[in-house]
Amino acid sequence: MTTSGPGQTYGGSTVGSEPTHQSTVDDSREAAVASVLPEAQTQKLVAEVVEDLSVFDGIVERAQAIIARYPQSRSALLPMLHLVQSVQGYVSHAGIQFCARELKLADAEVSAVATFYTMYKRKPCGEHLVSVCTNTLCAALGGDDIYAKLRDHLGEPGKPLGHEETAGTPGEPGSITIEHAECLAACDLGPVLQVNYEFYDNQTPEKAVELVDALRRGEKPAPTRGAPLSDFKDVSLQLAGFFERESDVDGPSQATETLAGAQLASDRGWTAPTMPESVAFPELEKK
Amino acid sequence: MTTVDPVTPVLTKRWLSPRSWSIQTYEQLEGYTAVRKALAVTPEQVVQVVKDSGLRGRGGAGFPSGLKWSFMPPNEDKPHYLVINADEGEPGTCKDIPLMMADPHSLIEGCIIASYAMRSHHCFIYVRGEALHCIRRLNQAVAEAKAAGYLGTNVFGSGFDIEITVHAGAGAYICGEETALLDSLEGRRGQPRLKPPFPAAAGLYAAPTTVNNVETIASVPYIINGGSDWFRKMGTEKSPGPKIYSISGHVEKPGQYEAPLGTTLRQLLEMAGGMKDGIPLKFWTPGGSSTPMFTTEHLDVALDFEGAAAAGSMLGTTAVQVFNETVSVPWAVMKWTQFYKHESCGKCTPCREGTYWLVQILERMVAGNGTEEDIDTLLDVCDNVIGRSFCALGDGAVSPIQSGIKYFRDEFLALCQRNREKNRKPALAGAN
Repeated sequence: MTTSGPGQTYGGSTVGSEPTHQSTVDDSREAAVASVLPEAQTQKLVAEVVEDLSVFDGIVERAQAIIARYPQSRSALLPMLHLVQSVQGYVSHAGIQFCARELKLADAEVSAVATFYTMYKRKPCGEHLVSVCTNTLCAALGGDDIYAKLRDHLGEPGKPLGHEETAGTPGEPGSITIEHAECLAACDLGPVLQVNYEFYDNQTPEKAVELVDALRRGEKPAPTRGAPLSDFKDVSLQLAGFFERESDVDGPSQATETLAGAQLASDRGWTAPTMPESVAFPELEKK
Repeated sequence: MTTVDPVTPVLTKRWLSPRSWSIQTYEQLEGYTAVRKALAVTPEQVVQVVKDSGLRGRGGAGFPSGLKWSFMPPNEDKPHYLVINADEGEPGTCKDIPLMMADPHSLIEGCIIASYAMRSHHCFIYVRGEALHCIRRLNQAVAEAKAAGYLGTNVFGSGFDIEITVHAGAGAYICGEETALLDSLEGRRGQPRLKPPFPAAAGLYAAPTTVNNVETIASVPYIINGGSDWFRKMGTEKSPGPKIYSISGHVEKPGQYEAPLGTTLRQLLEMAGGMKDGIPLKFWTPGGSSTPMFTTEHLDVALDFEGAAAAGSMLGTTAVQVFNETVSVPWAVMKWTQFYKHESCGKCTPCREGTYWLVQILERMVAGNGTEEDIDTLLDVCDNVIGRSFCALGDGAVSPIQSGIKYFRDEFLALCQRNREKNRKPALAGAN
């Protein structure tokens, strides 16, 4: 990225390329004078910060593998942001620069995307991310109480933990980030919460407290539906499309609620109408 | 019409089987038989069967699927794309995620058939990021289908090439809107596009694209195998077929019930064991929070596209959220409005500003600081959001408010009591 000086064009437009009264003024000096901040500070705001990207050396091949999935490289951006999250546990400025470099985009283009989606965390996340559904239906069934209880339980006395705040040191074993989530599409199993996007169904404040206490002790209680619990960084890698344990696929999913209708039909002997033996396709006139 | 059983497992028929998500189970239970039949006829014939079946989009809008497919250009000047909308997130909606977990191969088979019908060779399944277990199972299903020769080049010697890419989203309700989904899939912020051009003319990478819901596409293999007449044995004339009704909330047995379109809440409640602990019903949504709420008056409304619309709501995603008498309507409306405010993408002013102010008024009212004028202000803001927003999110956002006030105005008025008393002028002593 370059910064435009006096009289230069902006974004390829010719508007303003003609000399104007402003072009006689040295913009940078004026900015420094106009600011209440010391010059070193204002310099920091306009200067390009080049991060050390060596932390991502190990994922360059994976980044290229993601790009290869798509007809156009930019489509790889969402999975690639999940990928950088699998390294650092959040999307750092370095992570943004890494994606920009691999996809030949401007940092700002990547930044604009990273800040739009709630699953990209802009602060280091705990070992585990606990998401409590507080949308209307779950809330009516107790989701609000669960979230309030966890905030109190994981916070300091008199200072409950806030949305996207972490109990413990981010990244350290046993650290937990909590958030209130929008509808998690498990309404028949509400109130629900997720740990690292694995489902813990039919929760109560007591069960949720037990769950986070176990997580803090380094245990990994099995989810109701999903694979054996790993951690936030590991699931970020999976969201980028890299699955390292085939057995994860067989993690449970057949909840009573999910099967309620199928089970009822089976018990009562109800079925869909029988399909005919063979069906002819409609004949169409040749054009 | 001959009588059809109250529950008709079609999409859900394999869900009770052990490892229903594996290709072995799928193949044992007629899996991948439809795709062989479809690839043996012309793409136009496949489109015609789907048109004849009357299948309508299961993502909420109910657009006829065969007609949508026929909008794709017959030539292949540009690549064609099929994109599956698996970004399930409408409050109350929870049908696609169990479907993809329990039977991912039915979606994969549907994708192959639909791609063939629309001359697409690359299909994308855009799955909500939070649905990690579905993403795992879909990835595995794609790998299994590839190994078995259902995906790849020259499938069954038909000359047809097809590739499927599973793509994880990153947490944005707006990406369920089809053009926002396409922008997101292109690696951008998920913001809706101006239509026209419609995706069939300029969709993904400005190439012809069809976006279909999971349940819609998963229905296709059954239509190919059973034929359009069989499909029409279930449901109604204009809304044929079975549909997964997701019943949640204050009922004894919440869950997924696949029943013919046109089933009523009274029937669904019977299946779900009635109201929880016998506490009476107060209000419910027929198809997610964006569909205007119903009350006890609507127990016998036929839940198909026509029936729900005639009663003043929409069928939506058949996400039946049931609330009993203990739940305050203004509170529920406030919670939903907080959701829409959070998820408004910010592109257009009516939705961005409207939801921002609506939340504040509702929060103030629920806190007991409302005035009667607040109700008028709410409705006035709603009028300036509905039909004036860039996409349907704005319309959805005002549904709970307008319908809540329509049926439960007394509850909103009750929230104004404190201010009414405060502002009451004390009667002058001896003035009468």
